[in-house]
Amino acid sequence: MSQAGTLGIKNLYKKYDVKSQSLSVLEDINLQISPGEFVSIVGSSGCGKSTLLRLIIGLEEGYEGAIELDGKRISGTSLARGIVFQEHRLFPWLTVEQNIGVSLLNSGLTAGQRRHAVRDHISLVGLQGFEKAFPYQLSGGMAQRVSIARALVNRPEILLLDEPFGALDALTRAHLQSELKRIWQSEGITMVLVTHDVEEAVFLGDRIVVMEPRPGRIREIIPVELTHPRERTSQAFTQLKESVLSEFSTLIPDEATAPSTAPIGISNFSIDAWHFAV
Amino acid sequence: MFMTDLKNIRLMHLALALRGWVLPLLLLAIWWCAVAFHWTTSPILVSPVAVWQRGLERVLSGELRVALLASLNRGAYGFLIGATVGFLFGSWLGASRWVERLIGPTFHTLKQISLFAWIPLLSMWFGVGDEAKIAFVAMAAFFPVVLNTFEGFRSVPRESIEVARVFAYSPFQLWWRVIFPTAAPSIFTGLHLSLIYSWLATLGAEYLMTSGKGIGNTLIEGRENFQMDLVLFGVLVIGSVGFLLNFVLSSIERHFLVWRQQTIARY
Repeated sequence: MSQAGTLGIKNLYKKYDVKSQSLSVLEDINLQISPGEFVSIVGSSGCGKSTLLRLIIGLEEGYEGAIELDGKRISGTSLARGIVFQEHRLFPWLTVEQNIGVSLLNSGLTAGQRRHAVRDHISLVGLQGFEKAFPYQLSGGMAQRVSIARALVNRPEILLLDEPFGALDALTRAHLQSELKRIWQSEGITMVLVTHDVEEAVFLGDRIVVMEPRPGRIREIIPVELTHPRERTSQAFTQLKESVLSEFSTLIPDEATAPSTAPIGISNFSIDAWHFAV
Repeated sequence: MFMTDLKNIRLMHLALALRGWVLPLLLLAIWWCAVAFHWTTSPILVSPVAVWQRGLERVLSGELRVALLASLNRGAYGFLIGATVGFLFGSWLGASRWVERLIGPTFHTLKQISLFAWIPLLSMWFGVGDEAKIAFVAMAAFFPVVLNTFEGFRSVPRESIEVARVFAYSPFQLWWRVIFPTAAPSIFTGLHLSLIYSWLATLGAEYLMTSGKGIGNTLIEGRENFQMDLVLFGVLVIGSVGFLLNFVLSSIERHFLVWRQQTIARY
């Protein structure tokens, strides 16, 4: 079993240049994630949480500050950091087992080892029997499970999840949240989940990082003291959920009363600019 | 009870497969009646029986085989040359944006020129023999492949490329395992169209550059000797070849692109 990684984010700033003006997407992000921890990042649209994930995975560059995995600065993408996107992004011309095998291409394993790893991870996500199915034959939840298997099969030190269940219906979402927790408990790797669903964040996370937008900053980091298994309907759970939600409700009066003090005026930018902030 | 059900299902499948034949057979019957009952006295209207007899004569004398092989040969060479060059050119345009900006406008202008307008030039450069005809077919085969290959390579979604980056793919791996398979359906469409246009162009070339042997020349012969039955027989052969080409290609496409099932609406 590969070790779980330590993620350190220090004084992270990210800006985009839009129409010769500088749009600040992330401001002074500081976060230390211990090995094997599950961190949920919650925030409304435009708080830069997806951008943060893309910076950690290495798909975006050009930031100030430091992002370190196990003490070493990250550079570009790497097999040590895995990601599950909101869309399943499976290759339609490959079967389920071939899609999972896609991530093992540069892993240095032999063909036999690859087959074994793929088979293990198909059972891990509960898709036995669907090895030869094509993505078009799978439901949304199943396809997302393949995507999770694909991200986990080469044993990354850290797994990032960018609103992985956002495109699914509520029932499937609840089911897959339990599945993800089961996988996390059995694999023990560090996981960082970005979501706008507070209940999901409380259900899964050891800590909840609340972010606020314009520019993206960490507002609060809330530890979750609940033990597993967590009951969504228990009082402690609901209380925690309420306290996280209250972080958001205080944002709205601020915006309504003082829009002119916001660092970047809404009217200055077109729709294109907001696209970057998501 | 089960066995009769099975037989019924088989009969039903057979009936469904034969559905497509109802209209042609009906038209054939109407044609035969028109001749037999003299609905018109035009010498152009020949009996289907006469067409059949003429066809039999041509097949048995070996003349059909010679003509058909000559036409297929020209078509095949022209298609192979045109499609290969087209694929390479389309890939080049698709891969490099500045090449597209540089050469694209010229290409898009040239493709608007009707193929037949090239014939005088081709006759001057290649003469009126087989080379000119193959050149013409190659040109017809070239354009659909370029356009569809270019379109295919340019339509690779950013999301797929990000997946390849996340798994640390080399540029070759990215091209071979992500870009090329994504573009494959478009490329297949281009090749399919190209093959059909090649066959059309083969006939066109034979009709406009009349030296040599071929099915087109059979048609010309029939026209000049007022042998409508020969003309119609030629048309039937041309149509059958076109149909076969399409059928074979569609089967190959369906086999390789089985994963695209979901995009076809079933109604």
